Amino acid sequence: MLQKLELRSAVLSLVILFVGLFIWHFSTYVPVTGPVGVEFSQEQTDALKSQNMVAEDIEFYASQGVEFPQLEQIAALGLSREMIDMAGGIQALGISVPDENSAPAPGSLFPSPSQIGVELWATITDPFYVAGTNDMGYGIQMGYSLLRVIIGYTLAAAIAIPLGFLIGMSPVFYRALDPYIQILRPISPLAWMPIALFTIGDSELSSIFVIFICSLWPMLSNTAFGVASVRHDWVNVARTHELGALKTAFTVILPAAAPTIVTGMRISIGIAWLVIVAAEMLVGGTGIGYVVWNEWNGLRLDRMIVAILLIGVVGMLLDAIFGKLQRAVTYTE
Amino acid sequence: MAKPFLSVERLTQKFPDGAGGALTVFENATFGVEKGEFVCILGHSGCGKSTIMNVLAGLAEPTTGGVIMDGTEVSGPSLDRGVVFQNYSLLPWLSALKNVTFGVRARYQDWSKTKVEKHAKEFLAMVGLEGDVVYRKPSQLSGGMRQRVSIARAFANHPKLLLLDEPFGALDALTRGTIQEELLKIWGKTEQTVFMITHDIDEAILLADRILLMTNGPFARVAESVEITIPRPRNRTEIVEHPNYYAIRNHLVQFLGQHSKDLAGQENSGENNAPETVRIDMTQEAPEEEDASPHLRAVND
Ligand SMILES: Nc1ncnc2c1ncn2[C@@H]1O[C@H](COP(=O)(O)OP(=O)(O)OP(=O)(O)O)[C@@H](O)[C@H]1O
Ligand SMILES: [Mg+2]
Repeated sequence: MLQKLELRSAVLSLVILFVGLFIWHFSTYVPVTGPVGVEFSQEQTDALKSQNMVAEDIEFYASQGVEFPQLEQIAALGLSREMIDMAGGIQALGISVPDENSAPAPGSLFPSPSQIGVELWATITDPFYVAGTNDMGYGIQMGYSLLRVIIGYTLAAAIAIPLGFLIGMSPVFYRALDPYIQILRPISPLAWMPIALFTIGDSELSSIFVIFICSLWPMLSNTAFGVASVRHDWVNVARTHELGALKTAFTVILPAAAPTIVTGMRISIGIAWLVIVAAEMLVGGTGIGYVVWNEWNGLRLDRMIVAILLIGVVGMLLDAIFGKLQRAVTYTE
Repeated sequence: MAKPFLSVERLTQKFPDGAGGALTVFENATFGVEKGEFVCILGHSGCGKSTIMNVLAGLAEPTTGGVIMDGTEVSGPSLDRGVVFQNYSLLPWLSALKNVTFGVRARYQDWSKTKVEKHAKEFLAMVGLEGDVVYRKPSQLSGGMRQRVSIARAFANHPKLLLLDEPFGALDALTRGTIQEELLKIWGKTEQTVFMITHDIDEAILLADRILLMTNGPFARVAESVEITIPRPRNRTEIVEHPNYYAIRNHLVQFLGQHSKDLAGQENSGENNAPETVRIDMTQEAPEEEDASPHLRAVND
C-alpha cells in the first residue's frame, strides 16, 4: 500500500517534470536558422558556369542562400572564392546577401532547458576551477557561502541554545528578555547590514554577522519555549533521583526539549541560507549569491539559472540534515 | 513513646483559593507509618491525598508541620523516597530498560554499566517484563506495561520509603489485578515501607496492612486508621472468603459514604489529631467492636 503510494507519487513527479520541461522547451524554442539554401535551375547554373564560375563555388554560395542575381554579380567580378574570402567575403565587396543567422545571440533570450543542461553539466564536471576573481567554479563559490553560513550559524547556536536554556529555566529571565526578543526578531536580517558594515567595516565579517543575527532568534525562542514547557513530571523524576542541576539539564531537560530545539535549528538554517544569497548580492565579491548577481549583469541567464538551481539543491540538503536530526531526537509520549 | 519510622506531624497545607483568600486543604494531619508497613490512604477526590504525598516525597513544602523519616526531617526530594507517579512519568525518549537504569545509575553511581543493567533487568523481570519488551520505548508499551516499568524503577532503587500515587488508576480491572499481585510479590521480597494512594477499596484491602481514611476537604484530616486483619499471603480470590473481609469493607464504605462528609470541615482544635485506630476482627469474637453493624456479624456466623 505504502509502496504503491510512493510509486504513484514518483511517477507523478516525473510527469510534472517532463511536462514542465516540455512547456519550457517550447516556449523558449528558437529554430536555429542557418542560411536558407537556394536552388538554381539548370539554365542558371549553366549561365554562371559560362561566366567561369566553378560548380563547387556555385554550390557553396547556393547553400549560403546567395540568390542568382547576386551570384551573377560575383561571377562578373571574375574572382575565385579564395580570393573573395581573402578580400573579406562577399559582403565586403558590396554585394548584399541574406543575414547569415537570424537566431538571437545566446543568453539574450530566456535559455532553453537544453542550454541549462549543458551549463549544468559543465558546472558539475568542473566545479572547482579558478580562472580569475570573477570566474570561479560554482563549487568554490558555494564553498564561500557555506563557510559564511556555518560560521555565523554556529556562533548563533553557541549563544542561542545556552541562553535559551537559561531563559526557559528561569521565569524571571523569560519575562525580562521577552520584549527584546519580540522586537528584534521581526527585523529583516538585511536591515542589519548597514549597521554591520558601518560598525564592523569588513564586508566578509558583515555577512557572517547578518547570518548570525538571523539564525539567532528562531533557535533562541524555540530553546526557551522547549525548555520552559518540559513536563513538570519529568523534572520531578529528576528531583526524586537527586540529580544535580547540570545533570538534570543534560539527562532530562535537553532530551525532553530536543525536538523543539532542533525545530528551531532547522528554521534557522533555512533562514540563514535564504539570507546569505541576498547578503552576498549586496556585498559582492564571492559566494553563490554574488554569482547570481554577476551572471545577471553579464546576461548569462543560463549560468545564472544553474546557480539558482544549485542554491535550491544545497538548501534542500541542509534542511535534510536537520530533518534527519529532528527524526533522531523526536519521541512520542 | 517511640517515634514510628515515618512520622507526619501536624501537617497543614493552604493554597490561595483564587479569590484572594486561602484554601486550607488539610489541617494538622498527623499519622505514622512503621518500618516495612504497607499503608494505603483512602479519601474522596480533592481531599488532599496527592498533596500529602508530594510533601512526603519532598517535592512540595507544607504550609506548616513537618515530616520525619528515620529520625531526620524531610526537606527536598531524596533517593530514600522513591515515587511512582500517577501518570507513570517515564521518560518517553528512553527505552523501558533505560528508564530503570536511569534510576539505578543515580542511586549506585559507582556501579559498572553491566552491573547496573543486570540489576535493572532483574527488577523488570520481577514485574513480568522480560526479553525484547525492555528495549521498547514507553509509547510502544501498553498502559499496564508502563506502570510496571515505573514500579520496577522505584523498587530497583531500594528506597527506604516507596510512595505510590494511584498507581493503577488508569488500568483496566484485569491488568490491575495482575500488577497488584506482582506488587505484593516484590514487596514481600524486599520488605520496603510503602505508602500508597488509591481510590479502590478492594485494592486497599488486598494490599495494605493499614488503611488511613481521610475526611473530605477543605480542612480534611486523617480521621481513622483501619487495620486489615487478614493474614498474608493474600490473594484476590481467597480474601473475599475471609470473615473479616466484608466487615472491613463495609466499614470503609460506610466511612467514605457517610462519615467523611459528616466529619468534613470541622476545624479541629489540634488536640486530638492522631487518627482513631480501628481494629475489626471477627475471628476472635471480640466484643468491643462498635463499628461493625449487625448484618456484618451475620457474615461471621
Ligand atoms: N498548587 C495548587 N494550588 C492551589 N490549589 C491546589 C494546588 N494543588 C492542589 N490544590 C487543591 O488542593 C486540593 C487537594 O488536591 P489534591 O491533588 O491533593 O487532591 P487528591 O486528594 O489527590 O485528589 P484526587 O484523588 O482527585 O487525586 C484540591 O482542592 C486542589 O484544588
Ligand atoms: Mg491525586
